[in-house]
Amino acid sequence: MSHSQTTTTEHHPALAHQFDSMEQQREASNFGMWCFLLTEIMMFGGLFTAYLIYRLKYYEAFVAGSWSIQVSWGFANTLVLIASSLTMAMAVWSAQRGIRRFQILFIALTMLLGSAFLGVKAKEYYDKYEECHIPGASFNAEGGLGCETGNIAQEVANREKIPLEAARQIARQTQIFFSFYFAMTGLHALHMILGMGLMTWLLLKANRGDFSPEYYSPVEYGGLYWHFVDIVWIYLFPLLYLISRHR
Amino acid sequence: MSTVTIPTQPQLEMPKKHYLNDNYGIRSWLLTKDHKRIAVLYLITITFFFLIGGVFAALIRLHLLVPEGALFQADVYNKLFSLHGVNMVFFFLVPSIPATLGNFLVPLMVGAKDLALPKINLASWYIFIIGACFSVATMVLGGVDTGWTFYTPLSSGYLKTHVVTMAVGIIIAGFASIFTGLNFIVTVHRMRAPGLTWGRLPLFIWSNYATSLIMVLATPVLAITLILLAVERGFHIGIFDPKLGGDPVLFQHMFWFYSHPAVYIMILPGMGVISEIVTCFSRKRVFGYSFVAFSSIAIAVFGFLVWAHHMFVAGISTYSALVFSLMSFAVAIPSAVKVFNWTATMYKGSVSFHTPMLYAIGFIGLFTIGGLTGLFLAALGLDIHVHDTYFVIAHFHYVMVGGMVMAYLGGLHFWWPKLTGRMYPEGWAKLAALITFIGFNLTFFPQFILGYLGMPRRYAAYPPEFQVLNVLSTAGASILAVGFILPLIYLLWSMRYGEVAGPNPWQAKGLEWETSSPPPTHNFEHTPVVTEDPYHYGEEQDGEVPVVP
Repeated sequence: MSHSQTTTTEHHPALAHQFDSMEQQREASNFGMWCFLLTEIMMFGGLFTAYLIYRLKYYEAFVAGSWSIQVSWGFANTLVLIASSLTMAMAVWSAQRGIRRFQILFIALTMLLGSAFLGVKAKEYYDKYEECHIPGASFNAEGGLGCETGNIAQEVANREKIPLEAARQIARQTQIFFSFYFAMTGLHALHMILGMGLMTWLLLKANRGDFSPEYYSPVEYGGLYWHFVDIVWIYLFPLLYLISRHR
Repeated sequence: MSTVTIPTQPQLEMPKKHYLNDNYGIRSWLLTKDHKRIAVLYLITITFFFLIGGVFAALIRLHLLVPEGALFQADVYNKLFSLHGVNMVFFFLVPSIPATLGNFLVPLMVGAKDLALPKINLASWYIFIIGACFSVATMVLGGVDTGWTFYTPLSSGYLKTHVVTMAVGIIIAGFASIFTGLNFIVTVHRMRAPGLTWGRLPLFIWSNYATSLIMVLATPVLAITLILLAVERGFHIGIFDPKLGGDPVLFQHMFWFYSHPAVYIMILPGMGVISEIVTCFSRKRVFGYSFVAFSSIAIAVFGFLVWAHHMFVAGISTYSALVFSLMSFAVAIPSAVKVFNWTATMYKGSVSFHTPMLYAIGFIGLFTIGGLTGLFLAALGLDIHVHDTYFVIAHFHYVMVGGMVMAYLGGLHFWWPKLTGRMYPEGWAKLAALITFIGFNLTFFPQFILGYLGMPRRYAAYPPEFQVLNVLSTAGASILAVGFILPLIYLLWSMRYGEVAGPNPWQAKGLEWETSSPPPTHNFEHTPVVTEDPYHYGEEQDGEVPVVP
């Protein structure tokens, strides 16, 4: 079926044993990251589908739920993440040109913005805790017992001009909105935390001067991952904070 | 049929240096990035789970020897069939051929030194082991009794068993199969030897590629489904439990969105093995290469569009059921293409009946029965009658055991000389193949009848009129057990005492046979260059096509 030939390649120190050329190695690792992102899309896709089904089922509760989260914080986080995507792209650019100083700067900036995002998210979670909006046994969206700030029932009654009793029913159903809020933003935050780990690794490698115009694929696929997590947020923000907020 | 055989060299020697003796010590195995060693690690791991799952199966069959149940309380019985299902599906069948034979053969068959991402490959095994630890922990702590399907709200609200531990184990093991699939896809795209075009790829590669697509696209959905289940169980928030405002049918949709494609994860690699074996032992090119290749892709694609045929009695709309039924029938087309092409390959070939071929012929017959009874279940009307009966059990065991396990054993025998450098004892192996075939049919054919007569699955007791068929089934299971234990013994024996095989004992085509057996750590001395189509069998010698020696 075949005959054999010897391969001749000049050996770059970063060339792994299974590859014939740096070109092949770069293509393989990037393609691997794209495939991995495909699995991520399917995983978030399952969650998004479930969210949409319950959004149709409990429309009023989902609208009331989105009233109780702060658009300003969500908007700030959106800006922070878009900015971090820019610095990430700059990090890839400086890796491609082998400018070590810029690689370190831009990866560090990306991490800074990532931490800012996680900080804001933690603050939002803490607010939800204060308002008794954590799903589970202690969930309470109807006011009273130190949970006055999280009285969704009253707000629904005021805004929709419906009797308080009907509003309480809707407020109770917001628990399912908050389940999805925490599941979706939580899974996203977990990806951010993993991304921070990835950035730390890249920072160490950049500091060592590993990246050159011949070898920069870790920064490139790290960037792919970072942009993906960013894009997930671009969908999460309108789904959770914005749509049907004003009717 | 011909009688000429190719003369073999009288003295074959093991190569001095190969992947098994490249270096020694536990570290060289546990930190290996060699795809062949990782395949061996996986082989040991899944054999362990096959034995555990087998013990549960044996206990189930023993219990059903008498109508009122011979051995266990009903709740213990529930745990037995659940653990049998979970271990066999997630810890044996899903990784079986891809993680062992696939890991071993994919780089060899594409002429590469290793998989594209060796660290990810090793990580896959470690992740699998962590998932497996959760499964073992579940069994030690007292098991789980949801069935392998984890239907809500039973699993999320009512049962007191270790549902979350088991679910976490399955989620983790799922990432192992995502990593395997991802590695195969990247390897097939980026690591093919010069001259190895897509049209020259072995069919084993095509079927594992199709499997990888399913692994990468479907497994993450199972992960998110089980995460939601665990969240509902842990925090009592309503996602699937109707009492809490959730929708139990949504769980079934999301579960089967993975688990139906997953049954193709459990059969496609087996089909690849059969394609390789049938063509080698018929000494003929595969009939309709591109049809067999693309039928794998077609099965993978159609497989994503049929999941709700598991839910015809779950109250889904009649119109969607109609579409899902039609799509399920459509899957029969690529499956039948394969069966017809295998038989056409054998037609007028120089067929010889070595052990791998016996398993392959067994596969073709049993898979055909398993596949056709699947059409009964895809028919909207008949499914109401046989839904959740032993008819279903018999159907998927014909595909999973009669299909996949037979293919796995056939492939293991076929490539055993390549894995170890030594031959298995042919006489014993033929006997084992025959025992497996007889035991299998005796175990599962009565279950078709039982199911059609109305015996439901998952019950610890049954009416006395079903006893004869149940006794037959249990008797068959004990024969089947012998058929499975025999290879375990003589394969281990052959690693030390088997005849030295030489690089190509079957005179087979394909790059994996062009290197020594066992292969060196870097697979090939020189990067191979492919100049011919695959399965270039059938060169005549003195007017006769030589059979396998």
